Amino acid sequence: MTTAFAAVSLSLAASALHADDYPSKAIDYIIPYNPGGESDVTARFQEKFWSDVTGQDVVISYKPGAGGATAWSQLGGFDADGYTIMNVNFPHAILQPSIKDVGYQTGDVTPVYVFHYTPDAIVVRADSPYQTLQDLINFATENPGALTFGGSGTNSANHLAAVRFGQMADVKVTYVPFGGSAPAMAAVLGGQIGAGMTYTTQGVKAGDQVRVLAIATEERLDIFPDVPTFKELGFDYVAGAYRGVTVPAGTPDDVRNALSVVIAQINDIPEFQAQMQENGYVLVDVPNSEMGAWIAERQADYASGIETLKGN
Amino acid sequence: MLDALLSALSLENLLLAFLGVIGGTIIGALPGLSATMAVAVLVPFTFTMDPSSGLIVLGAIYTGAIYGGAYSAILVNTPGTPAAIATSMDGFPMAKRGDGDLAVTLSCLGSVAGGIVGALALLFLAPPLSQIALSFGPVEYFWLAIFGLSLIATLSRGATLLGLIGGGIGLLLSCVGSAVVGGDVRYTFGLTSLLGGIPVIPALIGLYCVPVLIDMVIRPEAHLERRAEQMRGFRLTEALSLMWRSKFNVIRSAMIGTGVGIIPAAGGSVAGLVAYSEARRTAKTPEQFGKGAHDGVIASEASNSATVGGGFIPTLVLGIPGTPPDAIILGALLVQGIRTGPQLFTQQADIVFTFTFGLLIATLLMLPTGLIIGRYAYRLIVSVPKTALAPAIAFLTIVGSFAIEANTFHVLIMVSLGIIGWLLARIGIEASPIVLGLILGPIAEAGFVQGWLIGGAQGDRFGMFFGQPISLAIMALTVLTLASSGVFKRKTRLECST
Repeated sequence: MTTAFAAVSLSLAASALHADDYPSKAIDYIIPYNPGGESDVTARFQEKFWSDVTGQDVVISYKPGAGGATAWSQLGGFDADGYTIMNVNFPHAILQPSIKDVGYQTGDVTPVYVFHYTPDAIVVRADSPYQTLQDLINFATENPGALTFGGSGTNSANHLAAVRFGQMADVKVTYVPFGGSAPAMAAVLGGQIGAGMTYTTQGVKAGDQVRVLAIATEERLDIFPDVPTFKELGFDYVAGAYRGVTVPAGTPDDVRNALSVVIAQINDIPEFQAQMQENGYVLVDVPNSEMGAWIAERQADYASGIETLKGN
Repeated sequence: MLDALLSALSLENLLLAFLGVIGGTIIGALPGLSATMAVAVLVPFTFTMDPSSGLIVLGAIYTGAIYGGAYSAILVNTPGTPAAIATSMDGFPMAKRGDGDLAVTLSCLGSVAGGIVGALALLFLAPPLSQIALSFGPVEYFWLAIFGLSLIATLSRGATLLGLIGGGIGLLLSCVGSAVVGGDVRYTFGLTSLLGGIPVIPALIGLYCVPVLIDMVIRPEAHLERRAEQMRGFRLTEALSLMWRSKFNVIRSAMIGTGVGIIPAAGGSVAGLVAYSEARRTAKTPEQFGKGAHDGVIASEASNSATVGGGFIPTLVLGIPGTPPDAIILGALLVQGIRTGPQLFTQQADIVFTFTFGLLIATLLMLPTGLIIGRYAYRLIVSVPKTALAPAIAFLTIVGSFAIEANTFHVLIMVSLGIIGWLLARIGIEASPIVLGLILGPIAEAGFVQGWLIGGAQGDRFGMFFGQPISLAIMALTVLTLASSGVFKRKTRLECST
């Protein structure tokens, strides 16, 4: 046992140099949120296929706090050998450091792969008077500030989405932050707030209890055949929370590429895809090689919304 | 339904429920290892199981862990899980006077009774009861938290002012970190480790357990006195007759627990405290509470165990987790391909009913396992000499606060708050009001700001906070509690505090 342990520790340095056999042992996968949310669920979906793809296990743990900032600010403290990986979310990792000092910079988070996003969705209770997005916009136009949008967190993806929606539709809405997607949805179902600015996944979970008015995807989703996209309704808006896997900065390139390939392979498994799609997730593939350009593009996309949030 | 019952009674499921309860009880008994953690660790193993078996083992370990917290609450004055906070208030005084065995047996009977009520509510009344979860909006949470804070007056055993100071310290501690609502970064003194706030479980371990440890070391007498007549079995007959005498307390507490379990974000700690306060308010001899009243232990345990069944109601019916462990179980359900929501009860009813029967069986299995494990735990604590007990518990406090997130900073918080807690205890400020402030502060703050925003949008802030029936009812209950604790009577208070 001791010798096996010593051998593993010795091979640590070696594996950083030779990524051919990566991963050669179990990987720690840190989720910066409480269990049960989208980041956890998608990591659990990956976990099911992880050992088939790599021959090794993945061990999921949680480091929640400050909307993810607690974990991301500690990322640099882990060994940069590819055996500690962390879930990372956008726009969160761009928004948080641009608005407040949260102990890390966007550049400190260096994802190797972005594997899906949860499209923004506007959700109302099934008996809500708003049948269409236009009904909701009409109400907000006639009653500036009276429409309440519930979402998860302040300076979060939902908050940014509410701000950007206000800008696009030229209406004034009141964004009410909750401690997570679940309590925000509870307030939608309980009728305490007018609508939820949330994700497609929450619409799936709530089922018949809610009506989804619009989703921020390129095309309609199979799970919501009757729900229009913002694009169809005349808003050039495709957005949501993008989730990826990051390693500490300074992790060697060949290890980064090897991990990128692992995540890509899981994304290619039909059973994994089906499970993700049924639950409202939309798969995307942004590998390590394209990451720099992709993050720059996101930063440009969020810029005007961030300025508004800063002004609040 | 009969098929579901038979399926829950299959050898495999019975064995899983049995092992789950034992594992959960032991995990819950160790300070710091909470029900949430037990469930999270177990989730990956359930992926290979059949969905209802996986659910049964998760439910069993959850039930066991909530109960296990009572042991350390009674025997070491340290709630093993937040749900057992109220249990320590009378459980430990009982143990101090030599009735630790009776307290452990009572907590087991109370938990089983509460667990059964919660599970029956889940079995028969889930869809209608789930509406309770929806009737609780931000303002109701705000008032619920205020009601919770009013319990400080009840808990501070006469010294109301010191209790309020403790509550204030807890509220201040709860402000540390980045605010959920508003995102402001407060009192972190530039430490990024404090961004996420003061973690509740390390704070709980520090504030309760470290003072006990320090006292163990500096005082000559034994932690719990060992008497000749000590080993007198389970004292089951005595406990049963006490339970029968307190049947209204048991039923009321179990109903409170079920109800609070249904309300998302409240959980076992709030349920235990509310039931405890109600038991004290309606008791014939309220002055016995805090000094080892049987009814205090019964109320807390019946209520916190009922939150398990109650919490599953919104989780399964609405897809909204009732308690933190429910959030993990909800995630596990999604991975298993089970879609929660009202249709779950019609389309996949077999899974729901098998699981509910499994939960009931796990609760019943808690009776023998709880009694036996409890007896060993009691014997261990009274027979092991202090020189071995203190280091062992000290070690557990460090493991417990480290284990949640593998974070050494949490150990630092546990130790610092522990030393502060010991100093405060010397001047009469106890751990409970501080912890209450720490747990309820964020609920009150989020509810207030959300209510303020929504009220502002609707142009009726006053009506938002003071014009809704549930809020008014909670306010009335708050006033009643305060009145019964005597804070309104200046003279009584003075008499009490001297």
